[in-house]
This record gives sequence, structure tokens and C-alpha cells, in this order.
Amino acid sequence: MSIQVHEIYKSYGQVNALDNISFEVKSGELFGLIGPDGAGKTTLFRILTTLLLPDRGNARVAGYDVVRDLNAIRRHVGYMPGRFSLYQDLTVEENLEFFATIFGTTIAENYDLIKDIYVQIEPFKDRRAGKLSGGMKQKLALSCALIHRPKVLFLDEPTTGVDPVSRKEFWEMLKRLQEKDITILVSTPYMDEAALCDQIALMQDGKILEIDTPEAIVRHYPKPIYKVGAHDMYLLIETLKAYPHRHSVYPFGEYVHYTDTRMDFDSGELQTFLEAHNLSEIHIEETAPTIEDTFMELAKP
Amino acid sequence: MKNENAITVSELTKTFGTFTAVNAISFEVKKGEIFGFLGANGAGKTTAMKMLIGILKPSSGQATVAGFDVHTESEAIKRNIGYMSQKFALYDDLTVRENITFFGGIYGLSRKRIQEKSKQLIEDLGLGAVGKSLVGSLPLGWKQKLAFSVAMLHDPQIVFLDEPTGGVDPITRRQFWEMIYKAAHAGTTLFVTTHYMDEAEYCNRVSIMVNGKIEALDTPKNLKQHFEAATMNDVFLKLARG
Repeated sequence: MSIQVHEIYKSYGQVNALDNISFEVKSGELFGLIGPDGAGKTTLFRILTTLLLPDRGNARVAGYDVVRDLNAIRRHVGYMPGRFSLYQDLTVEENLEFFATIFGTTIAENYDLIKDIYVQIEPFKDRRAGKLSGGMKQKLALSCALIHRPKVLFLDEPTTGVDPVSRKEFWEMLKRLQEKDITILVSTPYMDEAALCDQIALMQDGKILEIDTPEAIVRHYPKPIYKVGAHDMYLLIETLKAYPHRHSVYPFGEYVHYTDTRMDFDSGELQTFLEAHNLSEIHIEETAPTIEDTFMELAKP
Repeated sequence: MKNENAITVSELTKTFGTFTAVNAISFEVKKGEIFGFLGANGAGKTTAMKMLIGILKPSSGQATVAGFDVHTESEAIKRNIGYMSQKFALYDDLTVRENITFFGGIYGLSRKRIQEKSKQLIEDLGLGAVGKSLVGSLPLGWKQKLAFSVAMLHDPQIVFLDEPTGGVDPITRRQFWEMIYKAAHAGTTLFVTTHYMDEAEYCNRVSIMVNGKIEALDTPKNLKQHFEAATMNDVFLKLARG
């Protein structure tokens, strides 16, 4: 096991930021913490990187205890915080050299590990970090987090605020890093990125709702789910919510995802109900649940 | 009805020195439409939107917003639109009520009207228990819903939303979109800039900017069909990667 988290609690005053969190990440695994702002993802990262003490519980990273062995952990992990935290006034190359020196290594020694990523920003190596675009900052931050060849890499929302093209490139980079035997713990608020992880933990309000592979999480969805479309989205949502047998009604792009309380759901009956409420161009079809559907079902009050 | 368009843009251009940030874009947004305005970082979205909300002078081209000219009537535009951004929307150090009163004052509403609006809004959003709490202490999802309502305080014809639901939990995000559908249903035009493709899927039509130009404009359904893509994310990747 590369990361073992056992019954961790952390509160800030009245707020339970982490409420009994336990999970394990195998060596070489890409593990995703999926959840919205306020789920507790950053607090967990800070505890695992020894920057914050848990109130209760224990955790080990790369075999070391996060409270007792903090110096060992700091040598063996790479951490990319959510907020860009490199030196804005140093150039690209100076930042990288700085981090290499701090960890008692050189760029040359570990260049093979970061080459893929660093070549993309190398043409700008004399530019100050503060003057880089979002995508380039992200690549520099990742290079700096890797330059001491960590065993475990912590990435806190690396793709937040990044456009789809850069997001895709970033995930491709992570997949390649994984092949180099680095364990990666990554957090994201985007459910569509969950599918790219080996295992995911769905988090909300300091709790883990479920842990499994993305495929299994979707498979565990408890009900048949239907996508419903009609000519007027607002009217459709209002009408579905007024349908006596509805279990859940969630807009999903151009459709609404609908589940029914009954086992013997009859789409013809719903069709008639919608038509009676002045809806037209009605379309009802069973569809496959997504990770977001599962998340909402688990988080449903 | 002669003018059913809330926004009309023709050859709108903005240059900074030798750099053309927005390159002769043209499009129309219908009244009551939810229009998605997409593009990668640096594609020119923000510059284009700044011109439309009257805070940046175009270099050339024409645009009317809520019936007013962006060159000559930018003050009238500001009075007739609402604006909400994920990054800044409300003052964290003011209470819910104070924020409503402050923005109501900015929009020129009478004391009486602010009181009415304040009561109604707090009731609609179920914020009665936290009316006197600082906005900074509220969960992000509540803040977003409050911010949207505050952007609508003065009954604007058009509301501009800048990445409104990034980071919000999936259930609250849907409550937010239901508010948007409700506003559109009542005739308000919604102009949404985002680079989150799942937000794009909720829009009636979306435009995609690449390097200062609009490279595609249609309903999400038609765009997916045309680009033979399963999701708007795939459409975007095909366009932006060329």
C-alpha cells in the first residue's frame, strides 16, 4: 500500500471538514478524490503531506506515518497545491532549479522523468513564472513537484480553471507518469474526469460516499434511469416534479434524467401525463447512469 | 415584433497593439434564449464580453445589447443588464441582507422596492435563517444562487453569467440551472461564458471561439451531430485542436 488512511477526523470550529475518512491506495495506482468545493479534499491533502495535523485517526504515506515521520514524507512526496504556488518572480528554469536544489538533486539527474512535460515549456525557460499562461503554469508546477522523483504525487484540483484542451493534455501526462511507477492521488470537482482514474472516492461535506472503480460505481446505481426530453425544458422539469411517482428529476444538458419510485415503470403512462400538461416533442428512453447520477443519488437528502 | 433579438453583434473587433483579441465576430442572441459563449483560455471570450457589457470600447464593428449601442450608449446597457461571475459576485464581509441592499442601491432601486425584493428573494431561496449571516460564511452553492438573484434584482433584460457553477456540487448546480431556466421562461435572456463543457450542454445554443473568431454556432445537439461527437467536450476538442 502506498497510502493508508484510517479513520481521520478534522474539524475547524463547528465545521467537520473530515468526518471519519478511511481508504487505501495501492502502489502505482491513480486514485481520484471526486467532490465539490467544501468536500474536504484540500484538508485531506494537507494532512497527507504533513502540513496539517488530524484531530484523530492515522495515515501512512509511502510507509511513513504522517505525524511521526514528517521529514521522511516530505522527501518522498510531490505536492501540487490548488493555488499556483511557485515563485512568480523567478523564471521557469530558476523555479525548477530551486526545487531541485532544495531536495538535494539536480535537473539533469531526474530529467527523464519530467522531459515529456518540461519540453513543452522549455522554449519559455527564461520567462518569469508569473507571466506564464494557465496551462504553462500548470506544467511548470507539475515539473517542480516531480523533480526529486517522488514516490507519491499529490495533485489538488490540477485542472480547475483550465480549458478542455489543456485538461485533456494534463490527464494524458498523468497516465504516462503512472507508467513510471509513481502513485498519484488527484482531486477534482469534475465528475467526467473520474472515469480516467483506477479508483475513485466520491466525497461531500467531509464524508466519503463511496469508493470503487469508476465502472463499478456506475454499475451500482440502484434503479433504471431514463432520459426525458421535450420542447420546453422549464415546463418539462416542473411537470416531472409534479408527477406523483417521481423519485428523482435532474436536468442533464438537453435532457432530464428521471427515475421512478415503482419497479414496473410504464413510459407510456408518463408520456400521457406529460402530454396532458401541454408538452410536445416528448422523448423517453432508458439511459446508462453516469458517475454524476450516482453521486447525486448517494448525496440525496 | 420587429426586434426579437436581445443582442446583435456585427463584425465586432478589438485589437491591443498588433494583437487582435476579437476578430470580426457576428452573431445574434434571441430574447429569452440561454446562449453559451465558449472558448479556450485566451480565445477572446472575456474581451468580447467586456465589450458587450459596456466596459470596453470596441476597435471596430457594431453591437447592440438590450437595444442600446455599445459605442454610444454603454451607460444605458449597464442599467439594463445583470452580471454574475464565479470569481466575484457578492461581498463576503456583508450579510445577506446588506448585500441585497447594497446592490439594490447600486442599481438605483427605491428603498421600498429594495425592501420588497429583499423579502421576496430571501423567502424564495429559503435564506430566512441566515439573512443576518455574513455571505462569506455561506456554502458556495447558496452564494451562487444568491448571487444570481442579486444580479436579477433590477429585472434586467439580459443577465451575463461568467462560469457560474464551477466547483459547485452536482445537486446545487442543477438547482442553479433550474433558476436559469425559470428566468429564461419569464423572458430574460441569459448569456453564459464558460469553458466547462457540461455547462454548455444546458444552453439553447452555443458559440465556440477559437483565436478571436467564432468557429461554430448552433444548438448543442446539432453541433454534436455535425462534429460526430458524443459530448460538447469532444466537439470543443475537435475545434480547438484543429
